[in-house]
Amino acid sequence: MRVTDDRTAVWMYTVTRDAPGGNELPNGVAGERVRTLDAAGLTAVVGTVGLDDFGEAALRRNLEDLDWLEVTARAHDAVVAAVAAVTTTIPLRLATVCSDDERVRTLLTEHRAQFEDALRRVTGRSEWGVRAFAVPDETPSDPEDDGGAGGGPGARYLARRRTALSAREAFAQVVAGEAAEVHAALLRLAVAGRRQASTAPVLTGTRDAMPLNGTYLVDDDRTDEFATAVASLDRSHDRLRLELTGPWPPYSFAALPDRVDRESP
Amino acid sequence: MTAGHPDADRRIALVDLLDRVLAGGVVVAGDITLSIADVDLVEISLRTLISSVKAAVGSVEAPAEPKRIGR
Repeated sequence: MRVTDDRTAVWMYTVTRDAPGGNELPNGVAGERVRTLDAAGLTAVVGTVGLDDFGEAALRRNLEDLDWLEVTARAHDAVVAAVAAVTTTIPLRLATVCSDDERVRTLLTEHRAQFEDALRRVTGRSEWGVRAFAVPDETPSDPEDDGGAGGGPGARYLARRRTALSAREAFAQVVAGEAAEVHAALLRLAVAGRRQASTAPVLTGTRDAMPLNGTYLVDDDRTDEFATAVASLDRSHDRLRLELTGPWPPYSFAALPDRVDRESP
Repeated sequence: MTAGHPDADRRIALVDLLDRVLAGGVVVAGDITLSIADVDLVEISLRTLISSVKAAVGSVEAPAEPKRIGR
């Protein structure tokens, strides 16, 4: 049965083993009521959206609009998170749009093994993010410290520059070392984890480096242990400030295993 | 601590979310979005974010190519 017509398409949110029946889900990215489609023993949570806003050309344009992107990402996440709150689920990447219900059922059937694998992997687990910012060394350097160099003002200036540079390098090294320790410690408590690219400083609004932007798949019965470990690592690493976010639906651990297990040392 | 701009926290929360919904999730090719590659999405959104933030805060001294820092 084709529920959709030429002016609409079907936005995919997330896939589960069983419909979150009777559960009140928030409205979707187009303000639409979300619904479910079954095939191959799986259930897709979807919504009907207009092609005027969610067709390919419209998406390309809209994704460049930060306000649109923010509202859409939050709406997509709200539906996924609501499903994740009641059952194990595998989120679809933002902007997975099909022409009709039949295409969604075909995708479920074609990717059944992939979804089953992913569902097994994340059952009883949640994703947690841990971000570390470098805490700048506030110790003021002595402007008269010329590093023991004699000579004129030029030589003293160069010596000071060298001292400042090597101090900065040493600081960056310490911070990188601490970040690697934190990541390794968290990996021991997690089922899987990976380091993502650091967020650009223009976005964080701080010049402090972000030596760790990690995300971890953690057994739900170890959540407290994980949070306690983050707090304790925060205290034991002077040069880092750690921030924990979550629980997230398992966005970063939804892909096929060979895409997920790219764990950095 | 993440001082500098009042809505820095909200912005970071948005970046956290975009990191996940644009770079994570299962990738299956919907027939409407077949040609919007996964990498494109992340690049588009990052460019969008950075340009809009720059416009909002004016002369932020950011690196010309704000890719990755730290490491």
